[in-house]
Amino acid sequence: MCILTRMSIGHTLLGLLESGPRHGYDLKRAFDERFGHDRPLHYGQVYSTMSRLLKHGLVEVEAIEPGEGPERKRYAITEAGVTDVARWLATPEKPEPYLQSTLYTKVVLALLTRRDAADILDVQRAEHLRLMRDLTERKRTGDLADQLICDHALFHLEADLRWLELTAARLDRLAREVSA
Amino acid sequence: MTAAEPLLTADGLCKSYGSTPALDGADFSIRPGEVVAVMGPSGSGKSTLLHCLAGIVVPDAGTITYRGDELSAMNDARRSALRRSDFGFVFQFGQLVPELTCAENVALPLRLGGTSRKEAARAALEWLRRLEVDDVAAQRPGAISGGQGQRVAVARALVTAPRVLFADEPTGALDSLNGERVMQLLTAAARDTDAAVVLVTHEARVAAYSDREVVVRDGRARDTARAA
Repeated sequence: MCILTRMSIGHTLLGLLESGPRHGYDLKRAFDERFGHDRPLHYGQVYSTMSRLLKHGLVEVEAIEPGEGPERKRYAITEAGVTDVARWLATPEKPEPYLQSTLYTKVVLALLTRRDAADILDVQRAEHLRLMRDLTERKRTGDLADQLICDHALFHLEADLRWLELTAARLDRLAREVSA
Repeated sequence: MTAAEPLLTADGLCKSYGSTPALDGADFSIRPGEVVAVMGPSGSGKSTLLHCLAGIVVPDAGTITYRGDELSAMNDARRSALRRSDFGFVFQFGQLVPELTCAENVALPLRLGGTSRKEAARAALEWLRRLEVDDVAAQRPGAISGGQGQRVAVARALVTAPRVLFADEPTGALDSLNGERVMQLLTAAARDTDAAVVLVTHEARVAAYSDREVVVRDGRARDTARAA
């Protein structure tokens, strides 16, 4: 599964920092282990993202350690950063096919940061159903072409919802594996 | 969603079967004309919640209020009378009397309520027409398809003009096209008569016919409308 698609690297790195300060290299390694199986992050992506987060006050440099090469910065999340992660986790994704990669990331980060992962799934389910209701109404008043187009979207959204249900049923097991 | 007062509400419902808890603090509310989907995985307590709300099962704890009266405090006879006069039911299958024709099946609740044979037959045919199955009026359930049978069952549930229609997986035994048509006809008929519909389903595409959903998990129902 390519889980980098449409995912916010900034929020993911922030979420990983919430459990404790890390160097850029550690962050990249943690990201690749959890979410980057197919496409690991480039160092350049990590450092450009951290620069942006620094600029916005979402992280701070806790320490600078001299090494043989360039100085190593240890980053820590700020209170504004924690608030930003919480807001991102609580905001449902725009329903579209194949978004479970982003949802998977959110669920894992919620478990890592001891937030309520079931809530994230519930909020997403409500968002999906809202769109499914709109499509169902459009089908009711539309012609055959409308019905077929809406049906295609409805079947994909239904598949997402099944994944949400399955994940909700496996949250305890995922929590154990994530914290192992 | 209508702004009318809730028709049926439940607070803190608990129900166990032996040592197995089925409901563990479930809340619910529904207003006239509203279609509410009750969703959740198998064994989560969805059907137990429906049975409690309909007065079929008495909860161990918690209250159910229907039009200002506490359902949970009524005796069996009063609850049965209420089910006949105010509630309608549609289940997944096996609900039509095989010895009666479809028209007689639909007329049955009216006949049991004392309506004349002629008037009951007229109303039955009218409802079969609304559900687009008047062509099978003279046939017995064994001779018609599953989709037709479900429409006959919906007609029978609505013929008494119930204030609340309880539908437990009404499309569970049907294919996509038939299931969809049943849902279209069921929700349209309920809205025309301002009946509230409690729709138990595990299918998102069926739930999409509702105005909102209540999710049951591990016997707990989260009803955002009730909390508000």
